[in-house]
Amino acid sequence: MFQILQQVNVDWLGNRIWFIGISVLLMLVGLGSAVFRQATGGQAFNLGVDFKGGTVVTARFKQKPSDEEIRSALGAKGIRDAVVQPVTDRTDTVLIKVPLEEGKDGRAQVREALNQFGTEAAPGVELEADQNAGYKIIGTDAVGAIAGAQLRNKAIAVTLLALVGILVYIAFRFEWTYGAAAVIAVFHDVLVTLGFFSIFQIEISLNVIAALLTLVGFSVNDTIVVFDRVRENRKLHRRDSLYKITNDAINQTLSRTVITNGLVFLSVLALVLFGGDVLRAFSLALFIGVIFGTYSSIAIASPIMVWWEQRVEAANRQAALSYSQPVRGGVRTPAKTSGRDAMAPSTGNRSTRAGRA
Amino acid sequence: MKKKSLLHRTIIIVLVTLAGLYLVIGPRRRPTLKDFTWSGIKATLASNIHLGLDLQGGSHLVMRVKVEDYLKRLTEEAFSAAQNAAKDAGFEIKGGRPETGNNNYRVILEVADPSKINDIKSAIEQKVELGDTSVWSFSTSGAQMIWTMTGTAQRSLSADATKQALDIIDRRINALGITEPTLQSHGAQNAYQILLQMPGVSDPERVKDILKGQSRLEMVHVIGPQNPAPATTYPTREAALESVGGTLPPNRNILPYIERADTTDKNQAQPPTQWVVVDVPAIISGDEIRNATASNAQGGSVNDFAINFSLKKGGADKFGAWTGANINEYMGVVLNGEVRSIAFIRSQIFDSGQISGRFTQAQAEDLALILRSGALPAPIEYLEERTVGPSLGADSIRAGVRASLVGLALVVVFMLVYYRGSGVNAVVALILNMILMLAGLIVFGATLTLPGIAGMILTIGMAVDSNVLIFERIREEILSGKTIPSAVEQGFSRAFITIIDTHVTTIVSSLFLFVFGTGPIRGFAVTLVIGLLVNLFSAVYVSKTIFIWLLSRKERVESLSI
Repeated sequence: MFQILQQVNVDWLGNRIWFIGISVLLMLVGLGSAVFRQATGGQAFNLGVDFKGGTVVTARFKQKPSDEEIRSALGAKGIRDAVVQPVTDRTDTVLIKVPLEEGKDGRAQVREALNQFGTEAAPGVELEADQNAGYKIIGTDAVGAIAGAQLRNKAIAVTLLALVGILVYIAFRFEWTYGAAAVIAVFHDVLVTLGFFSIFQIEISLNVIAALLTLVGFSVNDTIVVFDRVRENRKLHRRDSLYKITNDAINQTLSRTVITNGLVFLSVLALVLFGGDVLRAFSLALFIGVIFGTYSSIAIASPIMVWWEQRVEAANRQAALSYSQPVRGGVRTPAKTSGRDAMAPSTGNRSTRAGRA
Repeated sequence: MKKKSLLHRTIIIVLVTLAGLYLVIGPRRRPTLKDFTWSGIKATLASNIHLGLDLQGGSHLVMRVKVEDYLKRLTEEAFSAAQNAAKDAGFEIKGGRPETGNNNYRVILEVADPSKINDIKSAIEQKVELGDTSVWSFSTSGAQMIWTMTGTAQRSLSADATKQALDIIDRRINALGITEPTLQSHGAQNAYQILLQMPGVSDPERVKDILKGQSRLEMVHVIGPQNPAPATTYPTREAALESVGGTLPPNRNILPYIERADTTDKNQAQPPTQWVVVDVPAIISGDEIRNATASNAQGGSVNDFAINFSLKKGGADKFGAWTGANINEYMGVVLNGEVRSIAFIRSQIFDSGQISGRFTQAQAEDLALILRSGALPAPIEYLEERTVGPSLGADSIRAGVRASLVGLALVVVFMLVYYRGSGVNAVVALILNMILMLAGLIVFGATLTLPGIAGMILTIGMAVDSNVLIFERIREEILSGKTIPSAVEQGFSRAFITIIDTHVTTIVSSLFLFVFGTGPIRGFAVTLVIGLLVNLFSAVYVSKTIFIWLLSRKERVESLSI
């Protein structure tokens, strides 16, 4: 049997200060970048036309002029602040981004400017098939102000709804502390990824939102694998502390974590390298997300869950001690078990609860 | 017992696999020999899977009906009708105005004698629909009579206008001969938006112009001396205003009149805009049009086109009566608030007419189409336009397929190296997953989009995760000293709980994306959900069956290649 990891025994939770410290630092850097850019007159995030409004025209040329020539042709037609961006996959194709201008059709504006480099191939005729044509507009994304705001609001609403859905399901299958820990970890992943997008000014499009939601799915996935093991181990080793059980669970599932995420990482890498320009921002978001999604299940979700569970336990014990009889409807645990919890050694866990799930 | 369940399982798997294969690469007709060649399979695959606009090329347009313009027009019309009705009944109206904007639409009339308000009100409401209390709420303030459009009425009128616009756009699209368009209302209830998707149309400029084309057509009486004197025009709006005494009376209007130059001669300068004074209300409006066609104007050049139109019964009666009584008067054809041609009435005309304005053939044909399909109740604006040319779509498919294959290959190689014999299990499960995922897309009639391809790649990741979870667990159980059969049994049952949890969470979040998401997000969610559901079958059921089969081949199993 060929194994990557054998009998790992790392005290993950012991390093929680470091882990959380690194995460907080990363989030602060991201936040700092967003705030700094906003304050210095730049943009916190490089929002694409989907959210900001504007037009992106994809034009293919027989003989592509230099970006500079295209820019000056656009300028000559009064289009200011246009962005000319080469496409990495094809040297004959270029993306031209035109900001939103009330009452003007971005595509028509760009066409007028590009006519300087020859005529456009007729509608329905491919560039290669048209002898006289110099270029062809092969794609447009034009989004108006209303649609942009609409798409932005919807994207945010959908992300939050999906998070709530996850929280509810985990709370139902495990405990709400587990659900909350998982959602906090996922939130962390989203923030860190957005931080990277702010620092490197990668464009945020609708596709990127889809990627963020995927990474939410993956990160929760990882977290659940660990929590599932915790739940199982609590039944098997009732005397162990939650701290030890969680550490063991992380160690036991570590080889799976490494293999699965390694493979996902490879698939995403394939997307980044071969998925084409349209999917590039999407793949990049996932690329960053997969790394932090894996990290956060071990480094964020687990410590938060343990810390929270211990607090809840302590509160229960307190409640149980302050009354001579078992608490009816105590904070969380059924009255039947809270008495035993109180008498258990300090490392004791509420095994019956774990068993219920 | 074990043998029997193995047989059952095998039969189920074979049937599902065959059904999946048929759905994906089976032709929907009597198969020919060509369908078994590589190119034949590719062609059938392409025709079976419904590709999104981003992959096959086409355009996606979101438009909004400017309902506020519609409500504004209704209010203004109600105002002038009310004013006329009151005057016709012999009441003195001192002033008033239509008030529009900010979700507030009111008709305000100021009367000379406040004590007669009730009489005026009933006189007006006999002729004008201001009496409809479900639309207008009436109040008074001193000498002012105020009709306010209720919020409910605003919403329902706006919804009606959107519905009407949808019908008219539908007619225009059909007249244009666009194949397989998707036309539906879009967004929230009170967004008044329309979504139009046209596969294969990657250069929608002409379509866009025709769809939003306004066709407010009117025949008006142009004020001035009769023929043989020429039609009375003024060089400026001010001069026209001067002719009616400085202020515009309610029964007159001033419109621009642009005499078209010969479109064949580009060097010839456009003649300047002139102004004419016309009678209000118009003789007939575009609602009365039955048909309109473009035709080469008599004696004109090749590029001199006109539009012939015929009128419905009601319009023809009105038109006949007016033209009969006004021989030698000048009549103007007004299109979208602009006088396009002026001619004098030679003889009584009943049901047909011509708009000659030196149109090119394309202009005339498009305009005739717009007139035929009826007038939009309100202007429309484009909020979102996405077009993808076929070559860009083909590039995307190529990139997506390449990325998927590379991803799949990496995973397959790793699984075979790391898990050896059991890796074959995982690979079989993965390939089956891909086939069934495509079959699922076809069964549910879902569209495969570029983000959908990304979803497939991620499903590969999730699918392999299930196998890794199971295999790692089996290894663990073997290491803890269990026999091989019981380790396999335990591994599956333990890992199954985790697999269910991970899958359900992802499906839950994907369902939100599907229900509430837009465009790419939706396409992504569809493949992910289908892929995950399929995975429960391929990664758990199929993989387990292969293990059962392996274990059943020997009496005692000493080792497992994992």
